Amino acid sequence: MSESVIWDVKNEKVRELIKEGKRLDGRKADEYRPIEIQLGISENAEGSAIAKIGKSQVVAGVKLMPGTPYPDSPGEGTISVGIELLQMASPSFESGPPKAEAIELSRVVDRGIRESKCIDFKDLCIREGELVWIAFIDMYALNHDGNLFDTASIAALAALAHTKIPKLDGDKIVKGEYSGKLKLARKPLLCTFAKIGNNVVLDPGLAEEHALDARFSVATTEDGYLSAFQKGGGAGGFTKQEISDSIDIAMKNAKEIRKKHFG
Amino acid sequence: MAKKEEKTEYVNKDGKRLDGRKVDEVRPIKIEVGVIERAAGSCYMEWGQNKILAGVYGPREALPKHIQNPYKSLVNYVYRMASFSVPDRKNPKPGRREIEISKVSGEALESSIFLENFPNMTIDVFVEILDSNAGTRVAALSAASVALVDAGIPMRDMVCACGVGKAGGHLIADLNKEEEDAPDAVDIPIAILPSTEEIVLLQMDGLLQKKEWDSLVELGIKGCKQVWEIQKAALKKKYAEMEKDEAKAAAAKGKAEAQETEEFQ
Repeated sequence: MSESVIWDVKNEKVRELIKEGKRLDGRKADEYRPIEIQLGISENAEGSAIAKIGKSQVVAGVKLMPGTPYPDSPGEGTISVGIELLQMASPSFESGPPKAEAIELSRVVDRGIRESKCIDFKDLCIREGELVWIAFIDMYALNHDGNLFDTASIAALAALAHTKIPKLDGDKIVKGEYSGKLKLARKPLLCTFAKIGNNVVLDPGLAEEHALDARFSVATTEDGYLSAFQKGGGAGGFTKQEISDSIDIAMKNAKEIRKKHFG
Repeated sequence: MAKKEEKTEYVNKDGKRLDGRKVDEVRPIKIEVGVIERAAGSCYMEWGQNKILAGVYGPREALPKHIQNPYKSLVNYVYRMASFSVPDRKNPKPGRREIEISKVSGEALESSIFLENFPNMTIDVFVEILDSNAGTRVAALSAASVALVDAGIPMRDMVCACGVGKAGGHLIADLNKEEEDAPDAVDIPIAILPSTEEIVLLQMDGLLQKKEWDSLVELGIKGCKQVWEIQKAALKKKYAEMEKDEAKAAAAKGKAEAQETEEFQ
């Protein structure tokens, strides 16, 4: 209860400032907090990275496991995306099975990657109809300071961009040896916006996330495609103009992030 | 998914789709209001092959107490698919898809309700999909909004929803399963508050260009408004019938009383 009182006070401050076109941390409406990527976190993972946006932190690790293909796509592997909100990451994260928030987060990041077709599932085929790679992209939130959506999306892309494909001896993985790198045809990135009052801001920090009326995320690719939308976050709505402007801002910011971190 | 033959023509030369609809045509929708006797409000909807029941309970006390919000009512939206509602039996346990749909749909409904009137309360909205053929989340959300009105919940607007998307390079409204399985399919569920055209639910998966979205959002709003007309007509029909029944009952009562008086005299 004491914590919710603090948020009530902060919400008021956030809203007051936003009305004047200002943000709590002095950023512009279309500005990200500093972004940082660290690679090679786990040697046992086929690819791994920690992404930070401001103080928010997510670690992503990719494991490739041989498995049987789905009967309706015998020549294709697949991916699986999961995010766990570790209890160490925030006083508000609870133990137990994943809540709706975590499920939504996983599924939106998953859609951004999957639907962009950045991974050709045919590349993950080992022997048609028998054996394919399943790429498990597992993530853990390490510190929650707002906008875990984009933090996770950057972590996942960074880990995938450095994922090696294990060498196989028959059906068995040869430990520590690799046959090549995972090919990425595109670099999809998620950009998330908060609507607070009548204003829309990019990359909401934790206080802004508590104050927001609605949230909108869009995944974009470098060749001008949109691969996922998600409106969520609360009782507010977006006008079609706000959605359109947000898409443009997302394209511009994703381009800068790609240039700086995925060049 | 088995790849369709590349030749499938999702919209033919005459502008007709595989099921004969025009590109902006929504499948036939039927709504019957007040079908669950115990619920505060309810409706049954058929949207093409989709068959959906929606029931509303509340506002009632939110329990356990720690979930209560002292400023406003909660909306607890529960979207579930019956195990037999899909071609391959669905595990009856709620899946991740259902949980995500429940979350974003509940948030869409929140935008339409005067929640601040009911602190510490919850409004429970249950929808059950009995049969499905693409577009169940938008159908369910539209049905839920009708059930909320039927329950007499104070609202600033209704929520009306419709899917739009792409199949075989064509931009179309309200995709059916066949269209949703197109190799290049894009599916975009949209819900709006019809009076302001504010977008309160928006999801998308697929590959789409910005200019395609610019056309699709217009198509979506148009589709939503078609749904809104049907929602309103269904509600009016129920209340017109109620009025008629009441008038009839009043007339019968009047007659009986007149008879009684006669007998008394």
